[in-house]
Amino acid sequence: MKENKSKAYWKENIRYLFILLAVWFLVSFVAGIMLKDVLNDFKIGGFKLGFWFAQQGSMYVFIILIFIYVRLMNKLDKKYGYNK
Amino acid sequence: MVIINSILLAESLPVQTWTYILVGITFTLYIGIAIWARAGSTKEFYVAGGGVSPLANGMATAADWMSAASFISMAGIISFAGYDGAVYLMGWTGGYVLLALLLAPYLRKFGKFTVPDFIGDRYYSNTARLVGVICALLVSFTYVAGQMRGVGLVFSRFLEVDINTGVVIGMLIVLFYAVLGGMKGITYTQVAQYCVLIFAFMVPAIFISIQMTGNPIPQLGFGSELADGSGTFLLDKLDGLSTDLGFAEYTEGTKSLVDVFAITLALMVGTAGLPHVIVRFFTVKRVKDARKSAGIALLLIVILYSTAPAVAAFARTNMIETLSNQPYATVPEWFKKWETTGLITFVDKNNDGLIQYIADKNQNELVVDNDIMVLANPEIAELPNWVIALVAAGALAAALSTAAGLLLVISASVSHDLIKKIINPKISDKNELVAARLSAVVAVCVAGYFGINPPGFVAATVALAFGLAAASFFPAIILGIFYKRMNKEGAIAGMIVGIVTMLYYMLKYKLGWFDEVLPSKSQWWFGISPEGFGSVAMLLNFIVSITIMKFTPAPPKEVQDIVERIRIPSGAGEATH
Repeated sequence: MKENKSKAYWKENIRYLFILLAVWFLVSFVAGIMLKDVLNDFKIGGFKLGFWFAQQGSMYVFIILIFIYVRLMNKLDKKYGYNK
Repeated sequence: MVIINSILLAESLPVQTWTYILVGITFTLYIGIAIWARAGSTKEFYVAGGGVSPLANGMATAADWMSAASFISMAGIISFAGYDGAVYLMGWTGGYVLLALLLAPYLRKFGKFTVPDFIGDRYYSNTARLVGVICALLVSFTYVAGQMRGVGLVFSRFLEVDINTGVVIGMLIVLFYAVLGGMKGITYTQVAQYCVLIFAFMVPAIFISIQMTGNPIPQLGFGSELADGSGTFLLDKLDGLSTDLGFAEYTEGTKSLVDVFAITLALMVGTAGLPHVIVRFFTVKRVKDARKSAGIALLLIVILYSTAPAVAAFARTNMIETLSNQPYATVPEWFKKWETTGLITFVDKNNDGLIQYIADKNQNELVVDNDIMVLANPEIAELPNWVIALVAAGALAAALSTAAGLLLVISASVSHDLIKKIINPKISDKNELVAARLSAVVAVCVAGYFGINPPGFVAATVALAFGLAAASFFPAIILGIFYKRMNKEGAIAGMIVGIVTMLYYMLKYKLGWFDEVLPSKSQWWFGISPEGFGSVAMLLNFIVSITIMKFTPAPPKEVQDIVERIRIPSGAGEATH
């Protein structure tokens, strides 16, 4: 029983990690580097979009990702009774 | 009347007096905190007693992390690299996502004092521990020497003392609070240092943003129209100025895609593998605090990191407009002042009396050092003297806080990992504390020596410390947490192959040790620079670890149980010695 519980917890945790790290990869390596030239055809204000992701946007998303993770994990801990 | 008089007096005080005042106040503050937060046990010395709040730890981590390089050099580097500067911005922030999601919570749950502690216990072997100690020392020493040099530079420029005297003053201050307070003293001084350095970075940035674009938020000013009424966006103007002078467009950069990718990855992974950053997460109370304080740390870091590229663009535009094609005879005062330090050089190659600043190296007449962009920015923008002095105090806070964090890693590696865990396990807590303090003293002296007599490779290797951390610790820790079957044979082989390959590549392609001349870019493996090679070495570490593991026995049951335990945030395994 205890074994199963920790396995299920771990599995959900890993699923969160995959989703969050996919976004992490997307905003930095994809939007800021690989697709930079394509995105640079679009502009927000005075920023070319690819350049903005590389020098501003990816950092903001990183912060949001960590705080989403904190929330998700606090809930998950509670669900499995690991919050004590 | 008295108040007005004192304001007028303050306005007229010279920069140097202001610098003495601000540096004096901040140093007194750091020393006061150190006396208040003395460490009484090894637990306090190594992990501040394990009861630091997430907010305090977030602030301390941010100050620990942002070094002289982040504060003084980064904006300048971006200024000259344009788009390519993004490797530092994404690399040095994206690493915190890895740290928060993949390392910090589990290492906190593991609940020991150092990174080699984890390596040694998880891989049930003192050989693994020793490899960990060597990697930690290698990474930390290359990094700390640069910090002491930074302290010396700031002292010499702003207080006009000799660089070496500056290094010695810095050593004494760090010595005082690191030796007395250990992690506990360092944590609370770092909290104060964060406040000083962020204030010092933001004030001039906001002033300059208003001057150039009318927008007080640099992150927005960066993407706004210029305040000169031309209706041109700042970045478009800068792209135009750059191409007119023969440089690449500012927003385009010159590095190859694969190299930008590799450097960014190496810096991210290296950040997550740096021992002085990881240990900060051993100081909080619970696993959930470790997650949260990683988020707070990144938020506080990004305040500076998102401002730096704005400062870079402002400074570059300003510099080109003030100097390009202007007569040398009428350059502003700050130009002459920095010329005497050798950080700006001008050679009138065609003898026309004008400053030609162009991409073509043979005709270019102006060389500006990266570091000037932040240090001279307030002067270039003609800001008040107290702002210039504030930058000096901020730069010192950045350098000292990082140096202290690194020194603690070095002293803990020696007193805890080497003496307590390998040489003399029977040592008492009291004697271990004495050993920890003594090794901190020795470490400060070695760092100071390197600061005064910098070997040529120090500056080059600071950036490469990340490659070394990426190639050694990151895979070993990740596999240790996420792959229960990973055994000591695999991990040790992986770490050794990773760090040796990285060292070889660095010595060959960065320092040119193995050839008559430094090999050219065309000889780089896969077109990847030494700065980005950490990514390759890290992959190699993963491959070697997993391959060797397949042919060697699984780790013992107790070790697999440790892995089970660190994956669960509650229960047995709270911080113990």
